[in-house]
Amino acid sequence: MNFTNRYIKARRIWYRIQALIMKEILAVWRDPKSRFAMVIPPILQLFIFAHAITLEVNSISLGIYNQDLGWYSHEIIQRIEGAPYFKHVYLLTDPHDVKRLIDTEKAMVTIEFQQDFSRLLAAGKQAQVQVILDGRRSNSAQIVTGYLNQIFQTFNVDILKREGVEVTEPVVVQSRSFFNPNLDYIYFTGPSLVALLSLLIAVTVTSLSVSREREAGTFDQLLVSPLQPWQILVGKAIPALIIGIGEGVFMMFMIITFFDVPFLGSYLLFFVSITIFLSSIVGVGLFISSLSATQQQSLLGTFVFMVPTTMLSGYATPIENMPTWLQPWTNILPMKHFLIIIKGLFLKDMPTSEVLSHSWPMALIAIVTLSLASWMFKRRME
Amino acid sequence: MGSSVENAIEITGVTKTFSGMTQPALDNITANIHKGIITGIVGPDAAGKTTLIRLMTSLLLPTSGEITVLGLNTLKDSDAIHDITGYMPQKFGLYEDLTVIENLNLYGDLQGLKGHEKEEAFEQMLSFTSLKPFTDRLAGKLSGGMKQKLGLACALLSRPKILLLDEPTVGVDPISRRELWKMMKVLLGQGMSIVWSTSYLDEASQCHEVLLLNEGKLLFNGPPSELTKIVDGRVFLLDVPEKGRRTALSNLLNTKGITDGVLQGNKIRIVCKPDFSIQSQEYPWTPAVPRFEDAFVDTLGGGPGGTSLLANSIPKKGKTHIAPIQTEHLTKMFGDFTAASDISFTIRRGEIFGLLGPNGAGKSTTFKMLCGLLQPTKGKALVSGHDLKTATSQARSQIGYMAQKFSLYSDLGVKENLDFFSGVYGLRGNFRKKRIDLMIEIFALESYLSSNSGLLPLGYKQRLALACAVMHDPDVLFLDEPTSGVDPITRREFWTHINGMAEKGITIMVTTHFMEEAEYCDRIALIYQSKNIATGTPDDLKESVKSKDLPNPTLEDAFITLIERSDMHNNEAHV
Repeated sequence: MNFTNRYIKARRIWYRIQALIMKEILAVWRDPKSRFAMVIPPILQLFIFAHAITLEVNSISLGIYNQDLGWYSHEIIQRIEGAPYFKHVYLLTDPHDVKRLIDTEKAMVTIEFQQDFSRLLAAGKQAQVQVILDGRRSNSAQIVTGYLNQIFQTFNVDILKREGVEVTEPVVVQSRSFFNPNLDYIYFTGPSLVALLSLLIAVTVTSLSVSREREAGTFDQLLVSPLQPWQILVGKAIPALIIGIGEGVFMMFMIITFFDVPFLGSYLLFFVSITIFLSSIVGVGLFISSLSATQQQSLLGTFVFMVPTTMLSGYATPIENMPTWLQPWTNILPMKHFLIIIKGLFLKDMPTSEVLSHSWPMALIAIVTLSLASWMFKRRME
Repeated sequence: MGSSVENAIEITGVTKTFSGMTQPALDNITANIHKGIITGIVGPDAAGKTTLIRLMTSLLLPTSGEITVLGLNTLKDSDAIHDITGYMPQKFGLYEDLTVIENLNLYGDLQGLKGHEKEEAFEQMLSFTSLKPFTDRLAGKLSGGMKQKLGLACALLSRPKILLLDEPTVGVDPISRRELWKMMKVLLGQGMSIVWSTSYLDEASQCHEVLLLNEGKLLFNGPPSELTKIVDGRVFLLDVPEKGRRTALSNLLNTKGITDGVLQGNKIRIVCKPDFSIQSQEYPWTPAVPRFEDAFVDTLGGGPGGTSLLANSIPKKGKTHIAPIQTEHLTKMFGDFTAASDISFTIRRGEIFGLLGPNGAGKSTTFKMLCGLLQPTKGKALVSGHDLKTATSQARSQIGYMAQKFSLYSDLGVKENLDFFSGVYGLRGNFRKKRIDLMIEIFALESYLSSNSGLLPLGYKQRLALACAVMHDPDVLFLDEPTSGVDPITRREFWTHINGMAEKGITIMVTTHFMEEAEYCDRIALIYQSKNIATGTPDDLKESVKSKDLPNPTLEDAFITLIERSDMHNNEAHV
């Protein structure tokens, strides 16, 4: 009898929370602003990260001013033209064009061969090539220099061989990247985006949820209803979890199907870990929300949370590059742990034990943030 | 010798349609607004008042027809019109985080006032609005009445020839309202022409001329007395026994030949059709002086009937021994500021209890403590014996709450709001569906079911809010200014429901600014400067201020006199 009573009571509570969850999801979807925030940024970011932002430099335009008519310079030019990074190769006849091409950003780099280039080489002497780089794009210029050096080096070795000189190369570096054999940038950004965007949506949805109701005056209506404060909190946390996980799954689907990033790990582990991860984030969001009186304050709070999360979690820069004293502190960011897990699951089929070992810190953070949120929530009602 | 035009504003065949609306907001309006008088634009919400005023300021342009302001066409001379008109929109753009003087400065700069001229204008406005002591207060911390005065001061800085005020008295208590009217009289004396829009019909009789709008149509244009004339000899006060006055009203409203009826303390005010014989009534009756509202409701074809389907749908409440609402020495402090002090009253089952008071007097604070939204600093606030702040879900599901401003989910549809609130209040399955359908039927929400509740006309918003508050059949109902801004017909409909529910034994607490609304209450507590300065029936309160100067006081007279007495008492205490 006691048991049935309890069951009935629990069921009644669940119905109430259910009504709140339905409303919460509808409200997020109906609000044009939040609907926009759910759909557009993920697609946009995916597009930007996948296509626009990449550390590789390709489609380089290059100008060549060749005063030499010999075979050697011709050979080098052919090698350059054959390399995959160079899109346009302008063959210049006027020395003024060298400057003009760089000035107008038509070419990032120009190469100039002196008249005696082939003659010197044929005579077994040293010859020089002048390479002019566009220093305004210093980063790319450096990378281009690297490409060109490679071409010149192989050329050097090849002509020495051709001349019959014995060359010994003591060490040959054959670099291979594990888990990302072709060093595809999307292999790195894709999984991180799953983490970042699901976090972003979960924290925004929750941080706005209470303050929006405060602004609209509906929060009082909720407080006088039979819902107890903790029930309101649960009713606001669950929709955010659902939306956040949904966003994560959507992103995962996009990068697996459209960007051919492999997912080698276990889907079950993915769901378990993202739930724990987002629980900790929802706690943060609800805490921000119960602290703020207006949506504007909530957004500011979210911003304050997002900056360290993106900068210090290993998303933007490797944690190993940070000062030693700062490194242990990054552990309080749930994002740090989840980034390790999500990359592991995507690229190297991370084993269960390892996923769990990175999950328990997040679970701990979740307990702390959710308790803080519920404490703040009650306090603000005085 | 000035211009030869005697009209301040001429409106010729003006129609205004907004895209997406089925009906024009204004439909072929032709009227003249004369110089040197107060012209009231009167009508319920969504009648087209704001649209008409905005057309006069040339902030909107008419779809067809034309408007001239002192001979200037709004189509062509909008800049010149802005120079000669002062406009105070419903929500004047005060910067709440700036002080009174900073707001004035800002508007002075915007209107190009400089140096000496500016100082002089400020000085004049501050003394005119009696805001001088508050120049350093943040605009956000002013009361509703003071905000309106500051808004008015800003609008008057450029010394306009025509002053256009859009509902300046919404949310303003009777005392501040009287002050605003006094200020208007002064401005009139300076030769200003004033256009004043309002949904308070009792303000219409104070205007020299009135444009009465309803649903975009001009129903009447002329001196208000001309309109009230049409109900001359058809308005009566009936003496009814106090106990049965609600039932009596309900029966009267259902009587053929009676077009309108409202409670006025222990009397019922009715408007009859011309051919109706009052002789046949069982209650003693006396003829009454017609009011503008009587004539307005009559023009619209009379009020709603007297039967509340809502009340009929709920079972009569059983008797209990516990007082439904009780406060004991209820006190709330915010820091040093006492928002409510030592407020005690007990409300009986089935009673309608009104909380009245100027803005910021503490009635909202008292109300919120009762609802469990604020923690009392001292004393107790009990609803059916429970402190709602800590009460169980079970106890809280026995109350209904309708907040002051529309506070349902405006992005959600009508049906979704009903679904949500029924769910939260634990209605299930078939019963839930039946209650929702009933609410849709009673409040005529059928045609709005899929539209976002934020986009509903105000009357329907309020109906939906009431539906959500009563769907679960509460024992105690809290209504915070339930009919602010709605038209008199909808207000009567609301009160038919409220009366019906009280008859069924539901206890109702109401806060209100409308004196007509207060007349419906069984008892009223008048809250002023955080204290309960008077409690009693509307007639008790009127009786208590009866004097030689005021042989026949209205409730508003009582309200103002009691507050003045309290002020005098306080002053004596300080001396």
